[in-house]
Amino acid sequence: MRLRVTKRQEPLGWGACLVFFGALAFSLAVSAALLALQGKPAFIGIRLLFEGAFGSRWALEDCLLKAVPIFLCALGVAVAFRLQIWNLGAEGQFALGAIGASWAALTFPALPGSYLLPLMFLAAALAGGLWGLVPAVLKLGLRVNEIIVTLMLNYIGILILEYKVYGAWKDPGSFGFPMTREFPAAAIVGNIGATRLNWGLLVCLGCGAAIALFLDRTRLGYELKASGENIRAARYARLPYGRLVLLVMALSGALAGWAGCLEASGSLHRLQPTIMAGYGYTAIVVAWLARLNPLNIGIAALLLAGLRVGVENLQLDLQVPAAFGQIMEGLILLTVLAGNFFKDYRLRWREPDDA
Amino acid sequence: MTPELTIALLAAAVQSGTPILYATLGEIFTERAGVLNLGVEGIMLIGALAGFIVAKTTGVPVYGLLAGGLCGALLAAVHGLVCLVFQGNQVVSGLALTILGTGLSSFWGTAFIGQRTVGFEKLPLPLLSEIPVLGEIFFQHDPLIYLSYLLAPLMWAFLRYTRWGLGLRAVGETPAAAAAAGLRVLAYRWAGVLVGGVLMGFGGAYLSLAYTHLWTNGLSAGRGWIAVALVIFTFWRPGRAILGAYLFGGVMAFQLRLQAMGTTLPSSLLLMLPYGLTIAVLVFSSWRGRGSEAPAALGVNIEPRE
Repeated sequence: MRLRVTKRQEPLGWGACLVFFGALAFSLAVSAALLALQGKPAFIGIRLLFEGAFGSRWALEDCLLKAVPIFLCALGVAVAFRLQIWNLGAEGQFALGAIGASWAALTFPALPGSYLLPLMFLAAALAGGLWGLVPAVLKLGLRVNEIIVTLMLNYIGILILEYKVYGAWKDPGSFGFPMTREFPAAAIVGNIGATRLNWGLLVCLGCGAAIALFLDRTRLGYELKASGENIRAARYARLPYGRLVLLVMALSGALAGWAGCLEASGSLHRLQPTIMAGYGYTAIVVAWLARLNPLNIGIAALLLAGLRVGVENLQLDLQVPAAFGQIMEGLILLTVLAGNFFKDYRLRWREPDDA
Repeated sequence: MTPELTIALLAAAVQSGTPILYATLGEIFTERAGVLNLGVEGIMLIGALAGFIVAKTTGVPVYGLLAGGLCGALLAAVHGLVCLVFQGNQVVSGLALTILGTGLSSFWGTAFIGQRTVGFEKLPLPLLSEIPVLGEIFFQHDPLIYLSYLLAPLMWAFLRYTRWGLGLRAVGETPAAAAAAGLRVLAYRWAGVLVGGVLMGFGGAYLSLAYTHLWTNGLSAGRGWIAVALVIFTFWRPGRAILGAYLFGGVMAFQLRLQAMGTTLPSSLLLMLPYGLTIAVLVFSSWRGRGSEAPAALGVNIEPRE
């Protein structure tokens, strides 16, 4: 008997969900094995992971708090991926957004909130968007590969942030810690009621809805999808590919910039290096897992935010290094990627004689 | 700058360029077979950690090097599995590999942070090291550097003059034609991925065993990505990889010297140098219009036969 691979004629339908959860289960099993190898109780570990992520109101709030920046970054990344532009630079665009917002907050501390907050969002969008435009311009003008440029701009963006908080913006009263002064009250996004969640959640929902509408209901969104699926055909149809690339990268950068702005203003209330928690990289995983669909991105962002919160729990209870979450992110992405094979192909056993 | 200082700096450039050289050669080999592996950064970290742990426990640096190469190949095999067997997107798979490798290296490495290991020591070559200037720059290093001097021309000759080398290039350019000519396309691609993985693992192991002799999480600090960029800069040619790697080695060494000399420039600005240079190098390569020299089937999967 031999294994035979044939292409599927009709889509897999609900089987696609099965593939996704199968891949998740496989990643969990491998991660559990890793825990066991380190001499930690594997099953208790996995249970702690879930409890830590979704087991209490406090945990759920944490999840939502972390899901906000991941969602915004992933939304931007997904828009770029739709056009087959490999924007891996959300992390750097996030940093620039945080820098832009902090600049506004520190330069105009006397402005009332109704002016200062919009100014911060504007500065964040500009800074993040411009950071996103750099690779776009290089790609269009000189055909420079955007994968590496966006990645290098991540490193540079983070170093600019460090340059500012270790240098000119360092709070003289911080006992030498690299951080800015606390933002004035007018520069802080308030909390929703008695929860720890801030109004950034609403910004998230608004952006998600706007991007979903843009992709599905507008001419530009349609052109984006068409160009992404076949660039050559799009050129023949005279779609403005260059302008689309610029638009997509500026949008992508602005969204990541807003994530940085919300993180500085809503969560930390200042700028400090710990703001760079790798949300920009998680966003790439999220965008791909969600197959670039805004609603799915919301779900995947919550899941991976949950993973981060759960791993913090593991860290406290079982002294598992924080990198455990990164391992799981990588594993999940790899297995889902491999699992997608079964959406396009089917395997059949073939008897030796029916060749 | 005095002549002595310049020579010392150039020798340091060779040393800090060597891990990048190994990784670049590995990526060239993989890409020549038509597979884009963006997992270099993760593979280097795993190679560095495996090398560190094995050398520390056995006390034999060579075992560490071999372990680094082996673990590099193992992680690269995951990329091979996802892309060559399961038809996954090569960009995303490579990125996931970097995330996984970075995670695994910190997961296992956190216990070793700040610890030291035995490693490769300097071994000036007789006669050669006594040549004025050149001897000091090139021949007063550890054995792994001498190995890398041989590796680049060897790979060049392999790709250019051997049957297997020609086969590997054919598979990277036009897999369909290669298959029609009777070449086992997938076998060549696997070879490209695995051999490349070994070299990237060596590059990582060089960092922990010869460059620093100690472990910190995130030891490779973006060198894997620089290697990916250098492959474009070298136009996929092993010979030019030496030039590119030492250019970056020079910038990194220069920046370390400046910091050691107590410059007033903030370290965050100095640390940007290699990353900025990477972008500059890419712009330069594209401006020269040679980006089109990439293997024609780079990043394109081979569909399974019905």
